[in-house]
Amino acid sequence: MFNVQDIRKDFPILSRKVNGKPLAYFDNAATSQTPQQVIDAIVDYYANYNANIHRGVHTLSQEATDLYEQARQKIQAHFNAKFSHEIILTSGATHSINLVANGFSSLLKKGDDIIVSALEHHSNIVPWQMLCERTGANLKVIPMNEDGELVMSVFDNLLSKNTKLVFLNHISNALGTINPIEYVIEKAHQVGSAVLVDGAQACPHIKPDVQALDVDFYVASAHKMCGPTGVGMLYGKEAWLNKLPPYQGGGEMIAEVTFEKTTYADLPHKFEAGTPNIAGGIVFGAAIDYMNNIGFDAIAAYEKELLDYATQKLLAIDGLKIYGTSKNKTSVISFNLENIHPYDVGTILDKLGIAVRTGHHCAQPIMDYYGIPGTIRASLAFYNTKEEIDTLVEGVKKAKMMLS
Amino acid sequence: MTIEDIQNEIIDEFSMFDDWEERYQYMIDLGKELPLIDEQYKTENNIIKGCQSKVWVHAEMTDDKIAFTADSDAIITKGIIAILIRAFSNQHPKDIIDADTSFIDKIGLKEHLSPTRANGLVSMVKQLKMYAIAYQTQLN
Ligand SMILES: Cc1ncc(COP(=O)(O)O)c(C=O)c1O
Repeated sequence: MFNVQDIRKDFPILSRKVNGKPLAYFDNAATSQTPQQVIDAIVDYYANYNANIHRGVHTLSQEATDLYEQARQKIQAHFNAKFSHEIILTSGATHSINLVANGFSSLLKKGDDIIVSALEHHSNIVPWQMLCERTGANLKVIPMNEDGELVMSVFDNLLSKNTKLVFLNHISNALGTINPIEYVIEKAHQVGSAVLVDGAQACPHIKPDVQALDVDFYVASAHKMCGPTGVGMLYGKEAWLNKLPPYQGGGEMIAEVTFEKTTYADLPHKFEAGTPNIAGGIVFGAAIDYMNNIGFDAIAAYEKELLDYATQKLLAIDGLKIYGTSKNKTSVISFNLENIHPYDVGTILDKLGIAVRTGHHCAQPIMDYYGIPGTIRASLAFYNTKEEIDTLVEGVKKAKMMLS
Repeated sequence: MTIEDIQNEIIDEFSMFDDWEERYQYMIDLGKELPLIDEQYKTENNIIKGCQSKVWVHAEMTDDKIAFTADSDAIITKGIIAILIRAFSNQHPKDIIDADTSFIDKIGLKEHLSPTRANGLVSMVKQLKMYAIAYQTQLN
């Protein structure tokens, strides 16, 4: 049974005070908090297994390698990838996207189209703009509507035989919209285009099945799923990963090196040059275990309850407007108070121990669409409570009073 | 009054407050009274980088003294600027260049002094001093 009070005991940071007040942490979309089980896994690795992997003859190195590869298998199982070598361990979603964008440099030519959504994080815009500059390909944009949903009829018209790649996020970090990726993948495949889905914001809330989705690339960051920072993954279909050239050169990624020619290692090592974040990879596995033990169905049901509660309470505040009003959304509430700058509200909330994010959330095109400098974003996680939401609502009211 | 005198005066004013709420409310009220910048100076060029909110600053020198006017789209930021401008405006460029800013710490706004905080107070101080340096070279 899902019991939020029991779950909160797993997270030492949730009992800390900020500015003399109990912390109410609502910046989960930026980074999630870390349960003791995951902290213990970090300590366990450094206390008992620390060694370099894939190269040692000695026992420690072998044990560390086994743990690292077991983590890869856990990630494979979690995302239901067909093979564990389809999981590339990276430093995070940004690294994963850059790896694919770089690989596509050699596959695209002038006149090809790549399609992006208007709801993207800068991490899923800039690498592709750079790719277009290098190759002469065109960048086309699926627009959004007032509710913060993608306009699929325009997407249908953007697709053509020139489309080589479509990339969009599964869930928008700024608004929480769940995008219709199943539809996008099916339509894109009909014209022979590949699809990359940025799952950075989806993975804390749902458990994607990459085979059922038939997605070509899927990326995630561990630090948004109760794991450590600086580690993440790229899922790619075997055929695609074989087609892409390596990203970085170095140790680990080679089979043989002579000065005449180097042959690259097989997947996944071809894309994992240098000593990786070994502890991070292993602990990513522990974080996935932690979340699965709670269960994604239970998480989704509880977060929906929190979202509905918070939405209703916040909307009762006069002059408060929520951005991102799709029926298909996760527990992210982006809002503003009329005639008040989001930064001011965030500053007052911080004084009250309430952590939110303010600004453009690395999604400037969305803010431009609404004609606003930014929003206040409260992103809720399964360890938040209704009492904390009450604190947030009271805090927003107080900020409004002080700032008007 | 010298910059130091004004800073001490501000420290005195803030010492009357018991908690953050009163301090912030005062700062917000100061923000509302900030001598506004003339619309013509609210240009891209006059925007200070490194702030989450927009901040414009304009400087003019008459009789060897610099007058600053400014604005921001965020009211707390405006309050901080108002405090800075009160301390630095109508002063000789050399005195502005040499001025110390630790009074911000003493009035309980230390959290705004962090160079990584997105309110740009540090960039703001730097910008005021840059203006002073520029005008100082005109005097030399
Ligand atoms: C949708 C989305 N994509 C990509 C990223 C980048 O993730 P990371 O900084 O972990 O690489 C984020 C992080 O905020 C995100 O929300």
